[in-house]
Amino acid sequence: MAAAATISPPCALLSYQGLRGALVSTRTFQSAKNQRQCGRAVAAPISAKFDLKPPPYPLDALEPHMSRDTISYHWGKHHRGYVENLNMQIVGTDLDGMSLEDIIILSYNKGDILPSFNNAAQIWNHDFFWESMVPNGGGKPSGDLLELIERDFGSFEKFSAKFRSAASTQFGSGWVWLAYKANRLNVGNAINPRPSDEDKKLVVVKSPNAVNPLVWDYLPLLTIDLWEFHLFTESSS
Amino acid sequence: MATATVAATAPLSNGFLLRRGPNEGAKSARGLQWTKNHRQSPSSRRFGAAVITAKFDLKPPPYPLNALEPHMSANTLSFHWGKHHRAYVDNLNKQIVGTELEAKSLEDIVIQTYNNGDLLPPFNNAAQIWNHDFFWESMKPGGGGKPSGELLKLIERDFGSFEKLCEELRAAAATQFGSGWAWLAFNPRPSDGKELLVVKSPNAVNPLVLGYIPLLTIDVWEHAYYLDYQNRRPDYISIFMEKLVSWDAVSAKLEVAKAQAA
Repeated sequence: MAAAATISPPCALLSYQGLRGALVSTRTFQSAKNQRQCGRAVAAPISAKFDLKPPPYPLDALEPHMSRDTISYHWGKHHRGYVENLNMQIVGTDLDGMSLEDIIILSYNKGDILPSFNNAAQIWNHDFFWESMVPNGGGKPSGDLLELIERDFGSFEKFSAKFRSAASTQFGSGWVWLAYKANRLNVGNAINPRPSDEDKKLVVVKSPNAVNPLVWDYLPLLTIDLWEFHLFTESSS
Repeated sequence: MATATVAATAPLSNGFLLRRGPNEGAKSARGLQWTKNHRQSPSSRRFGAAVITAKFDLKPPPYPLNALEPHMSANTLSFHWGKHHRAYVDNLNKQIVGTELEAKSLEDIVIQTYNNGDLLPPFNNAAQIWNHDFFWESMKPGGGGKPSGELLKLIERDFGSFEKLCEELRAAAATQFGSGWAWLAFNPRPSDGKELLVVKSPNAVNPLVLGYIPLLTIDVWEHAYYLDYQNRRPDYISIFMEKLVSWDAVSAKLEVAKAQAA
């Protein structure tokens, strides 16, 4: 699948507004939160490392459903490893100074992935995964989100079934996503030249290893991590 | 893509298929083990009056589940073999019932459903059964050490030294991103004269689909090492090389491979 043609510089997050409509505020907020400040890009070039961002809750906050041990390995070792490795990989290269999302899209390289892709994408995926969960989570969505789910899947229950089925059929390591794509046509990453809110469609997609829907120009909304290891610190496989 | 096996442009040699043939399960590289532990060779069923449905069995490792302690725990074996490997067998049996695959040997199902890289649904289960059978045989209690005889000679010829082979194997195992396997394999028709090579493969893919004959494998799916080593895959790989690998099994498989290639 070809990556999106538009690669925006870190400070031009607002330029997404024209293409993405209603969801721009969510994405802008998330991007600003997760990446380096825009301001740095206009100052003298400094080598800025990525930080290991903690989950937005204490490590034991998801007990008993996801143990403190699991999160402590998953975040403290795996996620940390990706951050440290990416920082080592980009130092002194032209990727140094780019936003995480830009590194991901660039190093995805239309599927012929470059070495920094796996680390960069896994950092992004894990930041996103922690945010996809909340203590005492679950329940049902509401408002605009529920409306779109009902429009595009038929019902919340049908969406749930589809999501669970995708999660249990991903072979090997990977992720399952609820994502928003700017095109109601069932063609991969086509860009609608005259987008409107009516065009935007919710989809459930699976991705292998470190791949995520950003590379298909989709907007991720929710993810579940299907790499095996985080099952092993719970109980049985 | 870095791995040789993911470059599925290497066509499966017809010569390879003809040599094996669809009804030669008993003569495969796995030799006696095949007829003993899997279904009877299809030729025996042709003499029966009716078609029988023969399922694949979950073959146990050639040692007790605790025999590889402390390097690979009984707990790991009990999940890895007892749940993962078993599930592949159960699932393949369900998938092939009533289809033309039911009469075929496991290797034939693997190669057919690989379908030149455009995998058909039974591939993942069939290949993972084959891969795991092979993995248990790649290890033994009191393993490690160095190979000898013909195997050592070929290793030194094709890699320079045993140490260089180990380096390559460890690197392949450590750098297979996500789930997969690292292999020592035999190429029956090498263009550069080197019959031995190290390959890594993702998910369920194995060197059979490229016309190579596997000699040794290390499983680097996380379920293989996470209980014992957590995320420390390099430590697992080291212990595999130093304490688990069965060079005897590799030598035996090399003998069969050379005989077939001759």
